[in-house]
Amino acid sequence: MIDVKNLTYTYMEKTPFEKTALKNISLSVDEGNFLAIAGHTGSGKSTLIQIIAGLIEIKFGSVEVDGEPVKEKSARRNIGIVFQYPEHQLFEETVEKDIAFGPINFGLSESEVAARVDEALKLVGLGVELKNSSPFELSGGQRRRVAIAGILALKPKYLILDEPTAGLDPRARKKILSEIKNLHKLGVTIILVTHSMEDIAALAGRVIVLADGEILFDGAPRKLFAQEEILKRAGLLTPSTAALAKKISRAGFENFPLSLTIDEVEREILKMLGGKSKRA
Amino acid sequence: MEIIRAENLTHVYNLVDGGKIALDGLNFSIDEGEFISVIGTNGSGKSTLAKHFNALLLPTNGKIFVTGFDTSDENNLWHVRENVGMVFQNPDNEIVAAVVEDDVAFGCENLGIEPEEIARRVDSALAAVNMTAYRKFSPSKLSGGQKQRIAIAGVLAMRTKIIVFDEPTAMLDPVGRREILDTAQKLNAQGLTIIYITHFMEEAAVADRIFLMENGKILKIGTPREIFSDAAEIKRLGLDVPVAVELAERLRRRGFKLPKNILTDEEFITALKELKN
Repeated sequence: MIDVKNLTYTYMEKTPFEKTALKNISLSVDEGNFLAIAGHTGSGKSTLIQIIAGLIEIKFGSVEVDGEPVKEKSARRNIGIVFQYPEHQLFEETVEKDIAFGPINFGLSESEVAARVDEALKLVGLGVELKNSSPFELSGGQRRRVAIAGILALKPKYLILDEPTAGLDPRARKKILSEIKNLHKLGVTIILVTHSMEDIAALAGRVIVLADGEILFDGAPRKLFAQEEILKRAGLLTPSTAALAKKISRAGFENFPLSLTIDEVEREILKMLGGKSKRA
Repeated sequence: MEIIRAENLTHVYNLVDGGKIALDGLNFSIDEGEFISVIGTNGSGKSTLAKHFNALLLPTNGKIFVTGFDTSDENNLWHVRENVGMVFQNPDNEIVAAVVEDDVAFGCENLGIEPEEIARRVDSALAAVNMTAYRKFSPSKLSGGQKQRIAIAGVLAMRTKIIVFDEPTAMLDPVGRREILDTAQKLNAQGLTIIYITHFMEEAAVADRIFLMENGKILKIGTPREIFSDAAEIKRLGLDVPVAVELAERLRRRGFKLPKNILTDEEFITALKELKN
């Protein structure tokens, strides 16, 4: 479990540029959760995940990973973080070397490193034949998956991803999301920071909405998307599927429920048209 | 009236090294005042095309004429750049000054315009993107959407006839995305020609015409209704269709009779009412 208690963080304290990024935040993430974090630019999302990953020193409050303070190396090793545009961090000559960089630094044996590279490639849906390619010969979506594989090779128990689909085309986006979904199925706890309401609707079991450094909402996505007021205050929008469902219910089909995915909207429409058969 | 014309526009990267064809003999014409969206997967050639509109790249074969000027003629470079502004994906890479109004003025200063005239242009550009209240702010205090609007204001102050947006919303939150698309539409309504590259199909759907690209070629040019009418084709290319299009398609496959070419939520709901009655 990740346990965050009374976290407050201020940038450039005691200067004219002072800005409080997080105000007394408390939350806990259970093992096996799929948590999404949403909020407008500057709401504190990035600060929060960097503190959870142990990359920013805590000033007020505490973060514990499985009961251990995050500043301990052993606690930090349980957490993997994939930054925005992680492919910008690729630097090695070959895909294999790049993915192996972290495990080697962890001091793992050569054979263990090799096994982890293969496993990580498989998890992100890339063939082992790419191992000897230069990362810079790959497509944008492939490069991003190599970068994610570099983190997966560390076998984190908790995986934080910051906007993993930004700038990708719909096909590459879907691929990465289905791989994240698969990781979650395999038991990895996922914390997904995203601007995509569609992704939250389709994947997350729970969503935390940050606004100006405070938690505005913590609960199921379905509940969030029913609360226009919170969405508005947080600078978020309803996902396009739910927006259509709302319009349908406003257009005279009062009992049409708030549906989150396109499959769900389809099911509800079929139910509604129920009596009318194909031949009608 | 035609403002851009491409004739066999071709771009090959690394010609010496075997070469990679990024643009494969494009032919098209864009009229003044049009709103064009360009869609296609990563690597289909969209960004390479964007860079040809203001001669950041020059054709390795064929030609592109922008406001009548052949971009490959060095003497025309000035005229081309005067007429085409660019807005890129990451606003943090576009902002150069420490104060908003200085940033908006930057392009004009480079054009050698008189200070009083620059001040007037900065005023009207900030008003056009709804950022007048922030003129004395530091750009670092702004949200992503606000920064992107400052970048647009900088282009507007240069009074270009064409603005090319290359995935301007990829890094923005939902409200920021809405702000940028609204701004582009508003400028278009005032007569500017807009070329808007995006991975978000709902954004592409507001265009007059869509260029659908794959492997360096323009596969199709058409209205959003025409382009999205073939949902299967769009998906085969690795793209998406708007939700209403997808649902209409699914219902048709199940045997329900819906009108062709449904594009918007409203059209879909009208069709749904018909079905229910």
